[in-house]
Amino acid sequence: VNSAGSARDGIFRACLQAVTAAKEKISTMSSSVKPYADLRRETAARDRGLREKVMRLEQAVGLISDGDHVAIGGCTMSRTPIALVWALIRAAKQNLTISRSITSTEGDLLFVAGVSRHIITSWFTQGIVWGVSKVMRHFTENRLAQFEEWSHMSMGLRYRAGAMGIPFMPSRSMIGSDVAVQVGDQLKTMRCPYTSEEVALVPALNPDVALIHVQRCDAFGNAQLDGLQFMDIDLAMAAKRVILTTERIISNDQIRRRPDHTRIPFFTVDAVVEVPFGAAPHECYGLYEPFYPHLDQYAEWTGTDPIAGAKRYLAEFYYEPSDWAQYLTKLGMAEILAASNRGRSVYND
Amino acid sequence: MTKRQGAPTYTTSELLAVMASRLMKDGQVVFAGIGVPLLAATLAQRTFAPQLTILFEGGTIGPFIVPGELPPSTNEQRCTRRANMVLPITDVLLLLQRGYVDVGFMGGAQIDRFGNLNSSFIGDPSHPKIRLPGTGGGNDISSLTHMIVAMKHEKRRFVSKVDFITSPGWIRGFQSRQDSGLTHGGMWRVVTDLAVIGFDEERREMKVLALHEGVRREQVIDNTDFDILFGADLEVTRRPDHFELEVLRELDPQRLYTA
Repeated sequence: VNSAGSARDGIFRACLQAVTAAKEKISTMSSSVKPYADLRRETAARDRGLREKVMRLEQAVGLISDGDHVAIGGCTMSRTPIALVWALIRAAKQNLTISRSITSTEGDLLFVAGVSRHIITSWFTQGIVWGVSKVMRHFTENRLAQFEEWSHMSMGLRYRAGAMGIPFMPSRSMIGSDVAVQVGDQLKTMRCPYTSEEVALVPALNPDVALIHVQRCDAFGNAQLDGLQFMDIDLAMAAKRVILTTERIISNDQIRRRPDHTRIPFFTVDAVVEVPFGAAPHECYGLYEPFYPHLDQYAEWTGTDPIAGAKRYLAEFYYEPSDWAQYLTKLGMAEILAASNRGRSVYND
Repeated sequence: MTKRQGAPTYTTSELLAVMASRLMKDGQVVFAGIGVPLLAATLAQRTFAPQLTILFEGGTIGPFIVPGELPPSTNEQRCTRRANMVLPITDVLLLLQRGYVDVGFMGGAQIDRFGNLNSSFIGDPSHPKIRLPGTGGGNDISSLTHMIVAMKHEKRRFVSKVDFITSPGWIRGFQSRQDSGLTHGGMWRVVTDLAVIGFDEERREMKVLALHEGVRREQVIDNTDFDILFGADLEVTRRPDHFELEVLRELDPQRLYTA
């Protein structure tokens, strides 16, 4: 009996050692996925009361720390939270990791202003009609900054996994391509335990802060989005903190009249800033289309000498204006009127 | 009224749009990129495929394009005009994975003999000569459904091996796509200003199926940087007709995508 007992103990000890070794191996594995315990602790620590969160732009960007992972809402030139990008750059934030579904001019400016050296996205240039961004090219080709490329659906599934509180999402995309090779062991594959098929496992993204621009929300942060939603709802659910800019603040009574229109619940939101034309010169669905002449001018300035052009743009539109109203004045009334006229045309029928 | 006399003249982009539109089938669900793909899908809708549905990556199901208001990307409000539904980006892309999409349709910067597309790097990815904008949804669309690509036929674009596989075609030919885990879809047709190209059933290499009127075999060979296969019964495509060109010009009066 004794000898059998000691043999059992021996096996038990060996198993324990193996488990400990495996645990150590796992803990040293490089992973961008936030441990679930941290995710829950951070969420539990947030003030989720129904409270007012209205503040100024400058206060809102104060919620962002150097080194944070900041996710930007909207897509390409749509509902980009430009006012927050503007305030981030003016506040000279440093070493931010930026992520977005598709990145446009705001990515150029975050590189040139020295706010970020690392952008995670699926596509990065001002827009098809203006060709390949020379600013993005300068930074990536000279290895001054990283453009980490994931497929668009993978970006979406990464935010969604983050929003769902799970470490990864299985996917049938990206496998077999060099996009997968390029991200290295950040993208793992596995044989499905149910069907034995090979699937990709895209890792969750839980940004430190999500910046989202909406058409309207109340003072608590209940937000309504018109038109295309992009990845914004998942962004709000995945992030540790959410800063909303809104074209206008409406009453909670108005929200409660149409709760089916609310897309982002107040308890995910940490700050609400009312910023009319807060996505200009990009578009905001139903209100204004992109400011095309202005964006042509940006492409022209950055087309000849990308860095000097972008710096000139930053000086004139980001650093010189004393406030958002002055920024809009610089964009010009004629452009605002034309963009608004086109914006409202989506409701013509 | 435009006089319908003589042979119509057209630009390269118009030729691509017309030839690509004829590859659509009525009732299909088509995931379309901006530019020639969107014009081609809309042209098909307005000529012979009224039940064709367009999906946009930005999150739109079934829009009708307003003439003269072509969207600058798949993500602006113009993409939603008279649509049946708007939905989040991730969910519209997941329709590909679920299998609701018949054809993905986009342009390309560089393609190889196996139909792999590169829109990420020209040159060595670790020291690229040019950093391109990347995949967007291109990788997802080409991983999950059958593809039509429309592009100009030039030697520097039709290469033996792409510098970087952004959007997978038949990978290295034969069974390699299936073996890499991509069980569905694959490159179906490449439409150029010279020819309509398919892929050999077994080798999964580019094979010319039809030449456009007036195009010689040698022109295709001279503008392709690898030995391209030719089908046994090579066809000649029908020229774009007056009606097809009229529809295109009505859709894009400013010649944003058809100049």
